Amino acid sequence: MAMSMLQMIESDHMRFDIPAFRIGDTVKVHVKIREGDKERIQVFEGVVIRTHRAKMGATVTVRKVSYGVGVERIFPVHSPQVERIEILRRGRIRRSRLYYLRKRVGKAARIREKREATKA
Amino acid sequence: MIKAMIGRKLDMTQVFSGDGAAYPVTLVQVGPCTVTQVKTMEKDGYKALQLGFGTKKAKAVNRPMKGKLDKLGKGYFEVLREVPIENPAEHNPGDQVLADVFQIGDRVDIIGKSKGKGYAGTIKRWRFSRGPDGHGSKNVREPGSTGMATYPGRVIKGKKMPGQKGNVRTTVLNLQIVDVRPELNLLLIHGAVPGSKNGIVIVRSANRA
Repeated sequence: MAMSMLQMIESDHMRFDIPAFRIGDTVKVHVKIREGDKERIQVFEGVVIRTHRAKMGATVTVRKVSYGVGVERIFPVHSPQVERIEILRRGRIRRSRLYYLRKRVGKAARIREKREATKA
Repeated sequence: MIKAMIGRKLDMTQVFSGDGAAYPVTLVQVGPCTVTQVKTMEKDGYKALQLGFGTKKAKAVNRPMKGKLDKLGKGYFEVLREVPIENPAEHNPGDQVLADVFQIGDRVDIIGKSKGKGYAGTIKRWRFSRGPDGHGSKNVREPGSTGMATYPGRVIKGKKMPGQKGNVRTTVLNLQIVDVRPELNLLLIHGAVPGSKNGIVIVRSANRA
């Protein structure tokens, strides 16, 4: 079937270079930061606790604990400000929103690593 | 060249500018429009272009319309709309108007028919505030007093009351064009435009930029 106008326009603006991360994965998000007229890359490393799948408006929430303070950032996945996203570790999780991590600290906030399926 | 076209509101989405700002945009398919009639001061008493947009099956066209459009020989249009212009002499029936009359950054006005909301109360229609829900209140969504007492002894004209909301011609001024795709006859317009998806709108260069 032919693409609708909407799909055509969105596919022009979407990022297809972003890897398929999932909830529970530990990722590094490289974000472009503008300071005056200089631009640099900042890396935000943490656990994906939520994804909002909305085509062009898709976002991902990444949580990390920085100097004992929990920090969550929401990134628009298709934004040109996101330089790239790296997947460091796949997590094995049992729900789609990991809000329970907010109440946990230290060892209790760990996520088990997903074992990759081995071919028989 | 005129800067006004008939279009169809398609859908809304979001695009990013180079510096990462997200723009909510409406996709409007504009044209190709064909000039179906030129209205002149001498003949019609006012200056305007009549434009045709879209296609219609031959069997769906009524006879007066068929006669008019057969003379032109450009097929049958779904809608005809008039747009006022300054200089009718520049245009001839049969001329095409394409999306490339608009440029990125242009300001445009969009005229369409807003979504109908039916017979609506004063809260929805005029943003009146509501009364208390509890404490025995029966004044929950009532419009309140409509006026004074013996003097003037009538309700003042124009008093905001319940009635039909929406489904009226609506103009939104000074919307910016984010992108133009002449090959798709498509405009990306910053913000929302009146009406439902697949509704007919008129896009014209902003009058009061």
